Amino acid sequence: MSIADTGMNFSLNRVAAMVRRYWYLLRSSWPRILDLIYWPTVQMLMWGFLQLYISQNAGFFARAGGVFIGSVLLWDILFRGQLGFSISFLEEMYARNLGNIMMSPLRPTEFLLALMIMSIVRLSIGMIPVSLLAIAFFGFNLWALGLALAAFFANLILTSWSVGIFVAGLLLRNGLGAESMAWTIMFLFLPLTCVYYPVAVLPEWLQYLAWALPPTYVFEGMRALVIDHAFRADLMVEAFAFNVVLFAAASLAFLKLLESARVHGSLLLTGE
Amino acid sequence: MDAQNTSVIAVDRLVKRYKGVAAVDGISFRLARGTVTGLLGGNGAGKTTTIAMIMGLVTPTSGTVTVLGAEMPRERHRVLHRMNFESPYVDMPMRLTVRQNLSVFAQLYAVPDIGERIASLAADLDLIEFLDRPTGKLSAGQKTRVSLAKSLLNKPEVLLLDEPTASLDPDTADWVRSRLEQYCKDRGATVLLASHNMSEVERLCERVIIMKKGRIEDDDTPERLLSRYSRETLEEVFLDVARGRRQSEAAQ
Repeated sequence: MSIADTGMNFSLNRVAAMVRRYWYLLRSSWPRILDLIYWPTVQMLMWGFLQLYISQNAGFFARAGGVFIGSVLLWDILFRGQLGFSISFLEEMYARNLGNIMMSPLRPTEFLLALMIMSIVRLSIGMIPVSLLAIAFFGFNLWALGLALAAFFANLILTSWSVGIFVAGLLLRNGLGAESMAWTIMFLFLPLTCVYYPVAVLPEWLQYLAWALPPTYVFEGMRALVIDHAFRADLMVEAFAFNVVLFAAASLAFLKLLESARVHGSLLLTGE
Repeated sequence: MDAQNTSVIAVDRLVKRYKGVAAVDGISFRLARGTVTGLLGGNGAGKTTTIAMIMGLVTPTSGTVTVLGAEMPRERHRVLHRMNFESPYVDMPMRLTVRQNLSVFAQLYAVPDIGERIASLAADLDLIEFLDRPTGKLSAGQKTRVSLAKSLLNKPEVLLLDEPTASLDPDTADWVRSRLEQYCKDRGATVLLASHNMSEVERLCERVIIMKKGRIEDDDTPERLLSRYSRETLEEVFLDVARGRRQSEAAQ
């Protein structure tokens, strides 16, 4: 047994064990896999056909082809990234396995890293087929965004992990009573990060709040790219800076909530 | 060398309060290496909270818990790989097969030669035919044996067992006890066993700590408890303590 595996230090071996555990679960259940693809496909088709209809009747939308589909695909990266993280965590609570995990040598940082990896795995299973369907149905090629897509993805996934980490802390502290937060918290970002419209649409006072949220920069950047064919690197850098702050705040909140869960004895009894 | 240094588990003036109510109220005890100790008490006596604090899952309100020289929960990562537990409050993931579950936990505990360890435990605990079945499809007794296998994966020096034979039929329970007895004998592990089953405690434990309302009411060997209370069985001793009868009254 190496020192790295004894619990004294960070261990990639323990991260791999947790990823393996979630992978076994995912592949044992076809409804779980179907669920990853089903809703993003429905969303993409609905917004794609809506955009097709509008573009046939309005000059601006004819010029801005792909904005809605781009928005919905990027929104799904944000939403599904967080959901992929939170659902893997919830699986431990549903299985009453959290006590086993928390009593094992697994460190909180290793647990969180495993959840982040699983959020990418789950996201890939859902988003790759959907992005290919978007090409087939509407001729919108998300992959053609190239480097910009990498910047959008990195910023969105960072935000989704921050929210996922915070929700995991809430679940540890409050048990399954906080489950609804896992499903709904990201919807607060939907109007505020201006997924489907420019920030300028918001009242001025709300724009300050919108610009404090990293995904706002990504959606503005995507519109600049699709409509004006300009990649706004400045927006991506600003988004990354806000993401660093958000990630640090979420990690700190998680550790505080975990500490509080130990004080309140919530780690063994994680029911309602 | 003082007692604290020689003890594998040292609990000192331990208190846990939830919203002002004491679940554990100032208990102290030390467990020496290679001993098996029973923790008895009625529902709400504080057994599970005590074990949870020893495991580092619950932070004490005051007092200290030291396991293998590490203060819990602050230094838990120094020793968690040398401990393990089994409890009715946790389950193994139901959709995973027994083999998958055991291999995931073996990897978490950095068990060398995982395949061989699982095969050996499966043979010892009569799990070979269930290894590739989903854990959720097993009977209660089979699941308990899987949980026991999980708790022995890393050959722990400290084993915490919270009602390990609850909900098992007498035959399976007896079978599990004999496996535990064998493990303790072979490994020289220090075991703390919370149980409602007095015959189990009599058979496995060389020392019994009886808790009531968060406090330790008595602490002795089973033989001396029987003698002091002038009783034939630990169950009678337990009832005397639970109903507040003193040793002198019980003897009359």
